[in-house]
Amino acid sequence: MTGILEILRGSEGDPDYNNKGVIVQGITGAYGSLHTRNMVSYGTNIVAGVTPNKGGQTFEGIPVYDTMQEAVEATGAAISAVFVPARFFKGAAFDALNAGIKLLVAIPEHVPVRDTMEVVRLAESKGAIVIGPNTPGVIIPQVTKIGIMPPMPFKAGNVAVISKSGTLLYEISDALTSAGFGQCITIGIGGDPINGTKLVDAFEMVKDTPGLEGLVIVGEIGGDAEEMLAQRIMDTGFSRPAVAYIAGRAAPKEKRMGHAGAIVMGTYGSAESKVGMFAKANIPVATRPAEVPVLLAGKMKKSL
Amino acid sequence: MRLLEFQAKEIFREYGIAVPPGRSSDTIEDARRDAQTLGYPFMIKFQAPVGGRGKAGGIQKCSNADELEIKYPQIRNMTIKGERARAILLEKTAEIRKELYLSLFLNRSKRCYTVIASAEGGVEIESVKSQTIREVGLGNVPAEVAAEVAAELGLQESAAEQFADMLARLSRLAVEKEVELAEINPLAILQDGALVALDGKVITDDNANFRHPEMSKYREESEIEERAEKSGFSLVELDGNIAVVGNGAGLVMSTLDMLSDSGGKPACFLDVGGGATTESVYEALSLISRMRGVTGILVNLYGGIVKTTTVASAFLKAYEDGIIDVPVFARLKGAESDQARIMLADSRTRLFGTVEDAIGAAVTGDGR
Repeated sequence: MTGILEILRGSEGDPDYNNKGVIVQGITGAYGSLHTRNMVSYGTNIVAGVTPNKGGQTFEGIPVYDTMQEAVEATGAAISAVFVPARFFKGAAFDALNAGIKLLVAIPEHVPVRDTMEVVRLAESKGAIVIGPNTPGVIIPQVTKIGIMPPMPFKAGNVAVISKSGTLLYEISDALTSAGFGQCITIGIGGDPINGTKLVDAFEMVKDTPGLEGLVIVGEIGGDAEEMLAQRIMDTGFSRPAVAYIAGRAAPKEKRMGHAGAIVMGTYGSAESKVGMFAKANIPVATRPAEVPVLLAGKMKKSL
Repeated sequence: MRLLEFQAKEIFREYGIAVPPGRSSDTIEDARRDAQTLGYPFMIKFQAPVGGRGKAGGIQKCSNADELEIKYPQIRNMTIKGERARAILLEKTAEIRKELYLSLFLNRSKRCYTVIASAEGGVEIESVKSQTIREVGLGNVPAEVAAEVAAELGLQESAAEQFADMLARLSRLAVEKEVELAEINPLAILQDGALVALDGKVITDDNANFRHPEMSKYREESEIEERAEKSGFSLVELDGNIAVVGNGAGLVMSTLDMLSDSGGKPACFLDVGGGATTESVYEALSLISRMRGVTGILVNLYGGIVKTTTVASAFLKAYEDGIIDVPVFARLKGAESDQARIMLADSRTRLFGTVEDAIGAAVTGDGR
């Protein structure tokens, strides 16, 4: 599997270094068109769009195709951002993966878990990366943004942020930026029970980034992705400063808190379990988003 | 969607999984009729989506008509872990020889379905040491795997065959109904050797509801939750007095945590969602205005796709229409927040630079 940074940026010397082509699936829909404009204005190189039965049209000068096969053949792009309604996600993702897409950013919320599982299986067999579903996407600040995040919170730098939640990713990146900690990459993995890229996978994707100065993990109740990540960090002896934030300490049990995946069953998925594992891995956990940069500075032995 | 025991058993029956004869009812009149059909003795079982019903006295044996008159109303009117009975199940008592455990669930970290079985049933599976665990991909359990699981539990001959058959049926149910969990606990071996599901827990994937119109009869939502869903926001009603509103599930959870840390009690979790409009936020406010015991509203917004001005407009309209008569404590950041602050400056919304300050004021300023 090619690394995410390699897919997103390419190598220095490539004609399209830091300007990799991205295809938007669902480009003519309300959501897809809004975010295509936002991504273009951020500097993302949107090379094509796909909407069935709208092939041959253009959207703001971007050619639209009926299928991913045609769009990939015409552009050679390896990245796709999916903006179709949840019930059409599986079809769109299969279309993209079968056409050779290597990085699929899955924005829709409310995708049935079975559909996600089938997409994840196909991606694994193709050696492709799926981010999401129910993700804000991925951003390399001041280089490329593939997703729905607002640009304001992010600034280029050397901290990686990986998050289950969208708005908390913005909130915490904003706090980091204000404290002088720019980001080299931030990845939203999504708030669903099954993620194309798990927290541990996201960690593996960013941990060897050249110049990486710190890692921020934004988790929430539900599942055991945070526990697995804490274990992985211990196992790999990752030596960069890392801090975490966990949302949902005050949430009642067995209630789904907005995200399909944010639910505590018995003790499985509880905040206590996650905080406990991070403590074991010597990763401080902030009690408020604003505390994240303070803890990170402490870990880096810097003063804010 | 979490099905009640009697609903789970209806689905079990549909898939040929044996359950004891039973009937559900709401009133003692219906129960008297059901009692005649079933014959004494039977169990009276409290029906609500909670565990630990037996310990709380919500499951009792009933041996005759006199007991029914006493125990039925008593159980019907119970509250267990904050939940009232949705119905009462009368179910024939079973002559149990042994209790087992069987479930199929969505394994989040392995991203596949997993079977858990144990020769110890009737207790919480977390407390059982000896478990047989099998990953089964998308949920289809091959016959040889079902037979292996039965053998690992030490079952033989007829019991092993029945168990493997039951697992195959449970697997078909799990796949076809798109469940997150299908659990039989206890799965009883009766004195006569038959295997029967004595309790059932089924949780289905809400995001797949559109593919399962046949399950819509089991949906149970309060009117407020139903309206919330229609408007595209997530709402969880809680028992405190400060309504918490924000955008994004993580941010609202985080606000709930900080409010609780400061000694405040949240009345609800309300995420206006990524597609919020002035109309949908107005609808959210009108739902909050109908909740009992709300003495303040705490707003925490990080504007991105949802502009803070969109939310500010909804508040202004809600003040104008007089649907909000409690103090509002707000922290607005992100897209168009300068403009939103100007819009709300002369309104009854108190604006704060940080969520911590907004929470501090909400906790002390709500008259408690």
